[in-house]
Amino acid sequence: MLAGQLADGRWALAGMWGEAEAVNLALLDSDSGGVADRSELAIATLPCPQGQFPSIALHHAPAHRLERAINDLFGLEPVGAPDDRLWLDHGRWGVHYPLGACTKSTEALQPYVFLGAEGEGLHQIPVGPVHAGIIEPGHFRFTANGETVVRLEERLGYTHKGIDSLMAGAPIDRAAQLAARVSGDSTVAYSIAFARAIEAALGVEIPDRAHWLRALMAELERIANHLGDIGAVCNDAAFALMHAHTSVLRERVLRTSNDCFGHRLMMDKAIPGGVNVDLDARGMEKIRSLLAVIREEFPRLIDLYDETASLQDRTVGTGFLAPALARQYACGGYIGRASGRSFDARRDFAYPPYDSLRFEVPLFKEGDVNARMWVRIREVEQSLGLIDQILTGIPSGAISVAVQPAGRICEGVSLVEGFRGDILCWLRLDPDGTIARCHLRDPSWFQWPLIEAAIEGNIVADFPLCNKSFNCSYSGHDI
Amino acid sequence: MRKLLFESLIKPVLTEPRPDPDQAMLAELAAALGQSARQKLGRSLSIREIDAGSCNGCELEIHALNNPFYDIERFGLRFVASPRHADVLLVTGPVTKNMREALERTYNATPAPKWVVAAGDCAADGGCFAGSYAVAGGVSAVIPVDLHIPGCPPPPEALIRGLMALVENARHGADLTARP
Ligand code: SF4
Repeated sequence: MLAGQLADGRWALAGMWGEAEAVNLALLDSDSGGVADRSELAIATLPCPQGQFPSIALHHAPAHRLERAINDLFGLEPVGAPDDRLWLDHGRWGVHYPLGACTKSTEALQPYVFLGAEGEGLHQIPVGPVHAGIIEPGHFRFTANGETVVRLEERLGYTHKGIDSLMAGAPIDRAAQLAARVSGDSTVAYSIAFARAIEAALGVEIPDRAHWLRALMAELERIANHLGDIGAVCNDAAFALMHAHTSVLRERVLRTSNDCFGHRLMMDKAIPGGVNVDLDARGMEKIRSLLAVIREEFPRLIDLYDETASLQDRTVGTGFLAPALARQYACGGYIGRASGRSFDARRDFAYPPYDSLRFEVPLFKEGDVNARMWVRIREVEQSLGLIDQILTGIPSGAISVAVQPAGRICEGVSLVEGFRGDILCWLRLDPDGTIARCHLRDPSWFQWPLIEAAIEGNIVADFPLCNKSFNCSYSGHDI
Repeated sequence: MRKLLFESLIKPVLTEPRPDPDQAMLAELAAALGQSARQKLGRSLSIREIDAGSCNGCELEIHALNNPFYDIERFGLRFVASPRHADVLLVTGPVTKNMREALERTYNATPAPKWVVAAGDCAADGGCFAGSYAVAGGVSAVIPVDLHIPGCPPPPEALIRGLMALVENARHGADLTARP
């Protein structure tokens, strides 16, 4: 029944993860109609006493890789699954089902079988896992007809670090450190997601000022990433000048972050119970002057993007993601919002302080590289406005409260908007406060599969541009 | 666009003064490089970056090396696309078991003499991911390492100091071992 409701779009799948004898699903009420605080998140559990569960992917394709990952890690079998190949497990761990039975694996390495594509004039191009630039590792298998991509198949999992297993049994502060390192570019958003899940589990209310400082850091992180990627996309379209300018602005954001919070990426600054660094008047002044610099420079860069015909030539119409696919995959972030899916956890779940701040969620429908660029351009502007409001309205007072174990088993869940999209954190705590199970779901899980669709019919040479315009996280996906 | 281009000509340069090579790192380096480095290099050093399983935080800071503030090409440091053109492998992350073979292959494809720089706390010993079933350990668990640059992630200054130490040492060879 659940699978049916997913298939007909009543619910969107927001996450799926295993436990020793169960599989959990996070379900998102799929359309808030753009009204604040109207979305709902529900967790459903499928018990698997026989080590099996009915495949959701059979009816709802976005569950594919999640089920394969659950099988790899827990040995829980999705019955009827259309694809039974391993995903995160490349046969190199020395064990099977590390979070389940954890048996020693002794068999020789099996080659990975890519899906076939046969036809006259087709050829395959394997790329990776090590790429030419400074990028994360992953493998791409192109089937091309001359220049044109007929099929792309991704193979991921190279950066799998076993974070879920390191989390199990860890004290809260150690787990927070791991959460901050699931995907370094989103370290603030991950820390907030983890902290909010802990606070939900333990019923902890943190001081208002802590909420506002978290949001300040989250918006700085968003601006830094958007600036970096806007330039990088232009760079991949052979327009290096933009990259030089945005990377200067990005560097200024990182330096200001370092001056104010003591770390360029603000890693480990949002912690369960609040934040561990306060902002003084001097810091606020620095952020104000940063905003002034960005406000002076950024509009001219937007004009530059808008007026450079050779750039538009590359980005308009390239890498089209159909709105129906974005909706089906509950694809978050700028990718979804460039293909007409209006979802932003800051608005739709209105967690503090966003419930008292004014902002818009930019929405485009064209679904191409250009639309993804425009969403990010508009989001930079929105974040600047949010930071203004934060600096004006930030309440005074304490920045953290102590976090005490509950003395019983408790669970918490959170959904937090990182620059790339919504990050889900679900966890269960033991009575002594250690982590029994914690799962962090990166937005990339529902974005990676869509590049395969978006690149079809494009030329192979446009892949870097397309890929950069998605900018999915390898590490966040591979966990 | 013309206005922007013009401004970039008249605006003051953004680049920071060139930092001195870090002495502690030099010591580690000098021992590893020894005499063989003396003849090897002219001014330019080619670097191949390899993410062996990082969280991508280290990559962000390595990227920053190319922004106009640091602009490391002026130090004679260049990122290249192929290991076959590289003098230095700059490796980040704990080496995951799924990346181990790819790292070994890249190392073997790099012509000697070559140096390996392990950037970030994860690359040193696996960092906070050490002990996982999926992690082989730090970079030196898989290939020989000449220099470690600590930090999580190491900020651009630290990366530059480390890489500069490598260049200076490679240029002067054993001369630097005698430095205080
Ligand atoms: S050292 Fe820090 S930033 Fe670098 S890969 Fe490890 S956790 Fe990420």
